[in-house]
Amino acid sequence: MTAAYELTATPRLATKAMLKHDRVREVQLLLLPERVVLLNTSSAAILGLCDGSRTVRQLVEKLEHDFEATDLANDVISFLNDASGRGWVVVT
Amino acid sequence: MSGTPQPYGLLAEVTHRCPLHCVYCSNPLALLERQDELATDDWLRVIDQAAELGVVQVHLSGGEPLVRGDLETLVAECRRLGLYTNLITSGLGLTESRTESLVAAGLNSAQLSIQGDAAESTDLVAASKRFDKKEAAARIIRDAGLPLNMNVVLHRLNLARLNAIIDVCVRWGAERLELANAQYYGWALRNREQLMPGRAQLDDAVGVYRRRKAELAEQMEMLWILPDYYEPYPKPCMGGWAQTALTVAPDGVVYPCPVAAEITTMEFASVREHDLEWIWTRSAAFEAFRGTEWMPDPCRSCVRKELDFGGCRCQAFALTGDAGRTDPVCQHSPDHHLVRDALVRANQDGGAGGQLVHRRPTVSTRGR
Repeated sequence: MTAAYELTATPRLATKAMLKHDRVREVQLLLLPERVVLLNTSSAAILGLCDGSRTVRQLVEKLEHDFEATDLANDVISFLNDASGRGWVVVT
Repeated sequence: MSGTPQPYGLLAEVTHRCPLHCVYCSNPLALLERQDELATDDWLRVIDQAAELGVVQVHLSGGEPLVRGDLETLVAECRRLGLYTNLITSGLGLTESRTESLVAAGLNSAQLSIQGDAAESTDLVAASKRFDKKEAAARIIRDAGLPLNMNVVLHRLNLARLNAIIDVCVRWGAERLELANAQYYGWALRNREQLMPGRAQLDDAVGVYRRRKAELAEQMEMLWILPDYYEPYPKPCMGGWAQTALTVAPDGVVYPCPVAAEITTMEFASVREHDLEWIWTRSAAFEAFRGTEWMPDPCRSCVRKELDFGGCRCQAFALTGDAGRTDPVCQHSPDHHLVRDALVRANQDGGAGGQLVHRRPTVSTRGR
């Protein structure tokens, strides 16, 4: 289940997981078979980009652009490792 | 809606019809028949109203939900509304083509039940010989790209086989295994004397669970649903009455939990007469035990009242006839002897004994 992420890896959301913008509560949720996870803004932004179409490097560049931030790589990789350990994200 | 909680989950019990006849079935003793069931349009309306109320996950259950031919339509509606769908199935009737069409409609996940590690267990517990169908269903679920979640109810007759049961789930490729110690409602309460394990048997099983969970940590998530009769405090049932989820029964009656139909002293409203929002926020049954105001002592003055919410209302009713009393599982309950006595009988040599009664339709055709 656990994979150490590199900048060249291509992450995608696990089949069992679904991202949802909850309009009733105005929050971002990650839906799993028996679980609902309340996401903060950065977690939702990262997971939203895990669609198998971009590498971690491209994902970081996009986030840095969108959030007008720099040096996000370490935080993103650490989050992805954690998300991967929980089975939310897989590498393709 | 300030003050009223918003539900996350809808358990859609689309039918009570089922090819299995499990001795611990949580469906009520008085099962509903096909002609009582909601029509497709009713279910579509329920799903729309549930989404508006804040529901994000829909668990399609029963009975065996696959007996309904309109399941794909319901799943598609959930997908249209961005709701997560989970199919809770015995696996009987789950063919490749059915699974394909459910996945195409947007099904997110499936939970497959087994009764034990081999065909004999399914026969004994569920009066069905189709263990082979379950193995096929596991493969079909995985081949369709769905995560395979498995569930087994544990009790006196299969706890000793726990190790072998876990092996089966590993072999079939489960990602998650729910080991649910029997909860005594419905048919399980009817068969409690035969299903309740002894203390030594349970302790052995806990040892097996802990060892295998550590061993399989990287491979399969394992959950242990506590046998509450053996606990000092009651379970925080459903996270409190009418707090996080609701159940719609096959006939459209709405309950705060899957077994509340057994509380015969309460009146529950139906989606045939009311919308879900009214039932959830305003109906007397949903308001009755919400929060902590309703609590009698010992709960009222207890430091744990926000932890276990007085336990399970259905269990209080099933054992004492009063849904408003403290769950008798609690060691401080004035009715705790009811649980203690059942445990004493379960720990006698050979257990309490008696004959198992399989779940069956209440209207028998045999007498005709």
